[in-house]
Amino acid sequence: VKIPRQHMPEQDAGLRRSNFEEVNQGLTVLGATTEALRCLQCASPKCMAGCPVGVKVKDFVELIVEGDYLRAAAKIREDNILPAITGRVCPQETQCEGCCILGNKFEPLGIGYLERFVADYERQSGQLGLPDRAPPTGKKVAIVGSGPAGLSAAGDLVRMGHAVTVFEALHEIGGVLIYGIPEFRLPKEIVRREVDVMRAMGVDFQTNVVIGKTVTIDELMADEGYDAVLVATGAGLPKFLGVPGEHLNGVYSANEFLTRVNLMRANEFPEYDEPVFDVRGRDIAVVGGGNTAMDAVRTAARLGAKTSYLIYRRSEAEMPARAEEAKHAKEEGITFLCLTNPVAFLGEEDGFVRSVRCMKMELGEPDASGRRSPRPIPDSEFELPIQMAIIALGTEANPLVQSTTPDLKTTRKGYIAADPETLRTSKKGVFAGGDIVTGGATVILAMGAGRKAAASIADYLNAGTWDQPQGA
Amino acid sequence: MFLIVAARFLAPDVKRFTIEAPRVAKKRKAGQFVILRLHAHGERIPLTIADSDPDAGTITIIVQGVGKTTKLLNMLEAGDAVLDLVGPLGRPSEIERFGTAVVIGGGVGAAIAYPTAKALREAGNHVIAIVGARSRELVILEDEIRAISDELLITTDDGTYGTMGFVTDQLRGIIESGRRVDYVLAIGPPRMMQAVAEATRARGIRTVVSLNSLMVDGTGMCGGCRILTTGGARFACVDGPEFDAHGVDFDLLVQRNRKYARQEAESLRRFLEHPERDL
Ligand SMILES: Cc1cc2nc3c(=O)[nH]c(=O)nc-3n(C[C@H](O)[C@H](O)[C@H](O)COP(=O)(O)OP(=O)(O)OC[C@H]3O[C@@H](n4cnc5c(N)ncnc54)[C@H](O)[C@@H]3O)c2cc1C
Ligand SMILES: Cc1cc2nc3c(=O)[nH]c(=O)nc-3n(C[C@H](O)[C@H](O)[C@H](O)COP(=O)(O)OP(=O)(O)OC[C@H]3O[C@@H](n4cnc5c(N)ncnc54)[C@H](O)[C@@H]3O)c2cc1C
Ligand code: SF4
Ligand code: SF4
Ligand code: FES
Repeated sequence: VKIPRQHMPEQDAGLRRSNFEEVNQGLTVLGATTEALRCLQCASPKCMAGCPVGVKVKDFVELIVEGDYLRAAAKIREDNILPAITGRVCPQETQCEGCCILGNKFEPLGIGYLERFVADYERQSGQLGLPDRAPPTGKKVAIVGSGPAGLSAAGDLVRMGHAVTVFEALHEIGGVLIYGIPEFRLPKEIVRREVDVMRAMGVDFQTNVVIGKTVTIDELMADEGYDAVLVATGAGLPKFLGVPGEHLNGVYSANEFLTRVNLMRANEFPEYDEPVFDVRGRDIAVVGGGNTAMDAVRTAARLGAKTSYLIYRRSEAEMPARAEEAKHAKEEGITFLCLTNPVAFLGEEDGFVRSVRCMKMELGEPDASGRRSPRPIPDSEFELPIQMAIIALGTEANPLVQSTTPDLKTTRKGYIAADPETLRTSKKGVFAGGDIVTGGATVILAMGAGRKAAASIADYLNAGTWDQPQGA
Repeated sequence: MFLIVAARFLAPDVKRFTIEAPRVAKKRKAGQFVILRLHAHGERIPLTIADSDPDAGTITIIVQGVGKTTKLLNMLEAGDAVLDLVGPLGRPSEIERFGTAVVIGGGVGAAIAYPTAKALREAGNHVIAIVGARSRELVILEDEIRAISDELLITTDDGTYGTMGFVTDQLRGIIESGRRVDYVLAIGPPRMMQAVAEATRARGIRTVVSLNSLMVDGTGMCGGCRILTTGGARFACVDGPEFDAHGVDFDLLVQRNRKYARQEAESLRRFLEHPERDL
């Protein structure tokens, strides 16, 4: 316990600000072993309770101490099939690490670092054997959306012997892992590798298919012979502020900005054809305080912005982003403007944004979410000159599937209503999980939902009945 | 990969392609579009589905070469393939029996308007088609449009074919002659659509335009295609592309479509210097 928490080796902040390579470089074997030795091997480990999918932290950490990294990876994979991803992007400080007993007196165990370490070791060893696949059941399952929820469900279902097809609207598989989270935080190669493993296991991936447009859920079931469908379409609809000037050129939604850079690789324009606004030497602002806002502002900095502001209406303590992202952002020279709220964007004659007008805020009483709600300070308006702005206020449900599947019940906010235990929807044979049910959440929750859905779909396919009580 | 089964120039820089896309061919309705990406370095661009053959599993698109991607596409031939193609996207055109429908296509807009004109005719409307182009050689689909319209008026800016002038002159002529017009569909450059909207506004003639904003995903995910209507901001890819012309902020559309003018010019210049890199 006297050993301090190991530091994650990082790319130098000055250097990384101008490249898209991963910031965290991963622990060395020595670092990982040292860190693993800090674990108390608690009799009733709290860490496991903090993990939404119950990863057996204590057991896999012990295997690291023993030097058996492949078995450590296999141990994680019993509960979490995307450890190289979650080790990098989980909000550990509020989950596993937030519950680790060491954290009471010292710093908690670096569970995310260790999870990432074994997953990377496994990948680099090239020794990932394909899991056994049960004999074919003759049942067909369609999965709509290829984010973490869809992918994890596909992996489980194909192992059970079902024929699984994943339909994805975009031209690449991975959902937010591909188009949202940037390369410097989650190298795309890691996502592609997981997809390749699933493909090798027999999952059929069909890109360029928009369910509800190219083909409907009813058609999948009636004409194409699918016995069950999982809707895992995420929460992809961008929210805007609704303030004047939001349609000026240079004002993006975070989704658009990140998609241009991550999916379309506009950072490599003109080698890649998709353009993005040229911010070299200019000042930019991102509005929001979540992971998406951090990703957007750090991406803009890497595109060469001179000053990158993060405008957030509450105080830093309320920021929903992972703690590590906020820390990295600051190291990279991002200017945080907290307790600040944009009220208008102002433009040049030619329609390009010139500045953002903001108001100072103060924190009032706690609101429904338990956070102290911000309220404007009178006469505190000021104008901040910028040449690009990105709105990262979170997302809502995309209605494409719901609006073309009339018997699929939705919540007041347009999310799909599904039973929390079985993930069954109001429509026979149709299940839903991930952000399209919960609203924008986390990778690990989406993955957990995908796995739960897979088990529930398997139950349904075995029993063939749809008579359980539904929460929908 | 989506195989090109036929490709033919209709006019200089305007080419018609027949592409294998069975799911799209089966589902598509007039007014919808696809988004395609030519190769692994390519951008995603929207193109209207001009026609489809569900039995053969093919769709038709008509492409005007204006920048890098469309000019590259227009260099492809039968036997080549397109890497990604997704659709049908957008809401189908509202097809009703309105009565007398004037369908106006400016430039390649004629190709975009053609499927909807055909559907309007099939729904029992008296269809007056007005096709406009800069000059004679740019008039496209004349025979096809003649076959599905009751009256066809052609205008060219330079008078080399049809009547000299703009499509709006013809439209005004019809309206001012006292003929009853129940419905107008106008597709073409934003300023042309705006002029049509102004020509019909005073009489309250129901007028619909198809907006060509810049798009990325085409599924409502990015908001890049947003336009402003009197009802607020809308996403052209999912709420449109057709909108009530009298509520559209055309100035904003024009402004937003100029966003990447510099990059587009650079991309095109690089491409034309070394087209072989992309072929
Ligand atoms: C920028 C950003 C950063 C984030 N950072 C973190 C982080 O650090 N840690 C963390 O835990 N979480 C993070 N999140 C949240 C996390 O990524 C999501 O909660 C998670 O990806 C949700 O998974 P999902 O499978 O439900 O949906 P998604 O990942 O959204 O995937 C849904 C997929 O479905 C496709 N689709 C949608 N509609 C259709 C249709 N009709 N037909 C076919 N396909 C369709 C979409 O194109 C998409 O590919 C971040 C999110 C964003 C946007
Ligand atoms: C719903 C929809 C349907 C469309 N259908 C067709 C069609 O059937 N046939 C066809 O030829 N074109 C169509 N377009 C326009 C087509 O998408 C653009 O011409 C294309 O994206 C230009 O790409 P580029 O790389 O070749 O040119 P760019 O380099 O992107 O642009 C070159 C020039 O074209 C202008 N331009 C760029 N994008 C657009 C756009 N979306 N609309 C209009 N002008 C643009 C630019 O301002 C610039 O002046 C449609 C657009 C939309 C939104
Ligand atoms: S999956 Fe996430 S929450 Fe669970 S142990 Fe791993 S890093 Fe922690
Ligand atoms: S709570 Fe912390 S110290 Fe205890 S087993 Fe879990 S990781 Fe180890
Ligand atoms: S193109 Fe992205 S929302 Fe319309």
